[in-house]
Amino acid sequence: MERIISLLVENKFGVLVRVAGLFSARGFNIESLSVGPTIDPSMSLITIVTEGDERILEQITKQLNKLIDVIKVVDLTENDFVERETTLVKIHTRTEDRAEAFRIIEIFRAKIVDSTPTTYTVEITGDAQKVEAFINQLRPLGLKELVRSGRIAIARDDAKAAGDHKRRQVVVEAK
Amino acid sequence: MKLTGAEIFVESLKREGVKTVFGLPGGVVLKIFDVLYGEKDLDFVLVRHEQAAIHMAEAYARATGKVGVALVTSGPGATNTVTGLVNANLDSCPIVVFTGQVLTSLIGNDAFQEADIVGISRSCTKHNYLVKHVNELAQTIKEAFYIAGSGRPGPVLVDIPKDVSMAMAEFTYPDKVYIRGYNPTYEGNKWQIKQAAEAILKAERPVLYVGGGVINSDGSGELQSLAELLNIPVTMTLMGLGAFPGTHPLSLGMLGMHGAHATNLAVHNCDLLIAVGSRFDDRVTGKINEFVPHAKIIHVDVDPTSIRKNIHVDIPIVGDARAVLRDLLAQVTAMVGGKRREGKTPWLTQIATWESERPLTYKADAKVIKPQFVIDMIYRRTRGEAIITSDVGQHQMWTAQFYKFAKPRTWLNSGGLGTMGYGFPAALGAQRAFPDQLVVCITGDGSFQMNLQELSTAMAYDLPVKVAIINNGYHGMVRQWQQLFYDGHYSASRIECGPDYVKLAEAYGAVGLRATEPHEVDDLLDEAFAVRKPVLMDFQVDPYENCYPMVPAGGAIHQMVYEDPQPEAGGRPSTPKDTQKESISLA
Repeated sequence: MERIISLLVENKFGVLVRVAGLFSARGFNIESLSVGPTIDPSMSLITIVTEGDERILEQITKQLNKLIDVIKVVDLTENDFVERETTLVKIHTRTEDRAEAFRIIEIFRAKIVDSTPTTYTVEITGDAQKVEAFINQLRPLGLKELVRSGRIAIARDDAKAAGDHKRRQVVVEAK
Repeated sequence: MKLTGAEIFVESLKREGVKTVFGLPGGVVLKIFDVLYGEKDLDFVLVRHEQAAIHMAEAYARATGKVGVALVTSGPGATNTVTGLVNANLDSCPIVVFTGQVLTSLIGNDAFQEADIVGISRSCTKHNYLVKHVNELAQTIKEAFYIAGSGRPGPVLVDIPKDVSMAMAEFTYPDKVYIRGYNPTYEGNKWQIKQAAEAILKAERPVLYVGGGVINSDGSGELQSLAELLNIPVTMTLMGLGAFPGTHPLSLGMLGMHGAHATNLAVHNCDLLIAVGSRFDDRVTGKINEFVPHAKIIHVDVDPTSIRKNIHVDIPIVGDARAVLRDLLAQVTAMVGGKRREGKTPWLTQIATWESERPLTYKADAKVIKPQFVIDMIYRRTRGEAIITSDVGQHQMWTAQFYKFAKPRTWLNSGGLGTMGYGFPAALGAQRAFPDQLVVCITGDGSFQMNLQELSTAMAYDLPVKVAIINNGYHGMVRQWQQLFYDGHYSASRIECGPDYVKLAEAYGAVGLRATEPHEVDDLLDEAFAVRKPVLMDFQVDPYENCYPMVPAGGAIHQMVYEDPQPEAGGRPSTPKDTQKESISLA
């Protein structure tokens, strides 16, 4: 099953390759990866989406924890979390398709960030499912280019409350 | 006080209490060697090949319990350390390896003798560092020693560019080290320990299965107290030999692929397996889903990744073997009111019956030297008290079977990686640590030839190790597998044109001795052990002797093969058919 693992690591050279090396050495694929700074500039946050059975993931999580430069490992999929991904899509804009393109962009609350006489570049942000659905809708119009950021995710509450997900209500996503 | 990086390096080693450094100089580390020149507190052992330096440092660490240190140059000097690093990593041995590196401005430019050793060694070290600024040097060395020696010990590599060793910086050596991403757990969880104690008291057929972790944590005393308190038999992994006295009535010796009949049956039939500092290696478990079918498993390990890696565990305890054994002993003692369980339990009687059924033995011969006979004679002569190193192959397994180690840290061999060429440099490293102890390297003609250049080092530093070459003219274990599982196709396992070992020893100024018949063995050992010089003993043994019992690879450990299959009509030795296919695919 799919897992989203969030890693708090030292902000040093060579850390990413240690993390990635753990996956490659065991022949596991990383579906998506994103790295960025945190509030504390001495640390970085790595978000990894991967797939595997329970035993493999237990082993990966332990191995990640064992890396000296890894400060904390959280398997976000164990509890409630919010995830986002940003995607830039370049589509062909034939005159007859423009209205349809606008309609889809409107429905998904995407944004046109650039246009040329023959193309629109559209930005969409959302969870993986939403992005996937959007791309599928646009596909008949002719995708020219597609760039997806890695997925990022955040736990819905602090670690202590995280185990208590049943009591919490689903928060309606703000516009 | 401002010092150069090279001076900081040497000062830092002294602060860590380092006495001996093994290695070989080269261009980018000359500044450091210049500081070592005339240095009285650090003793440098110049090797003939960098691989040997790492094995020496490892054996030094293993025999003393301190962190071993090696220093080599960049490029080929660094890449030659890789086998040693992997070996130390798999056998959880604390060493710090310092490599020189080209100028920071040249890194990545394919400079002369440049190799990305930090990249190369990333997956085979516990941690590694590239020191990019002289200001970080002391702190890095402090961290390297701490990481190597704590938790599950392992190798740490520190790469020092030439300009870093030449630059000046203020020197202060940190007293303490704190690494926020690294906090090994030493104390076992109290609740889990209580659960384990209850399970131990309830068990009718318990077995303690202990590994190198007990030796690394110096937990032998606690282990023995626990075993004796409750009369629990103890089996040891290859790395664990010496953790429990081999002649103790509760000792079952080594288990696994070449474990004794009674030992493997005891493990297979136990109802509680207490694994301490061992990691369920495939050479131990055989076919994993038929391993200990009737048993609950307690697993104590300092490394959480070892637990549930290969097998489901009922009571996992993360912690230092010694600390957990101590708590477990206290808990069990409190529960039984401090009373020792006396007399033979039905379980011990059963194990004794298995032992008498098929004792671990060999057939001595009047004409041909049996390899086991040589090892047996070395054992009798030293009563299990010598420091023994070995290489890899049949002689290693025979040593594990027939040499009954009395004490921990006296058995140095390459377990996890199976590095041929380990034994001889290891013996030199141990001898350097203990100049007055008897150190014997039991090796094969295949293995010895992989690092024999160190005879020169042995002479240069007056390291009087005794090397017993079990010379069968073959890569014996390979030949055994080819005989048993590959239709006797002895492909590339015959070692032709081996040297005359007596002349070889003499060429280096060492002593060379040879025995070709069994009656010569005793006198030869007398002579070898009496002289205070390195001695090469060439024991020309039966080339066709095989190591039994043997669990064919992929088989369950209670299904052992005890002797050579009887020759078929065609005269060729037959193969155990039922396991043959599987062995090949799983080997």
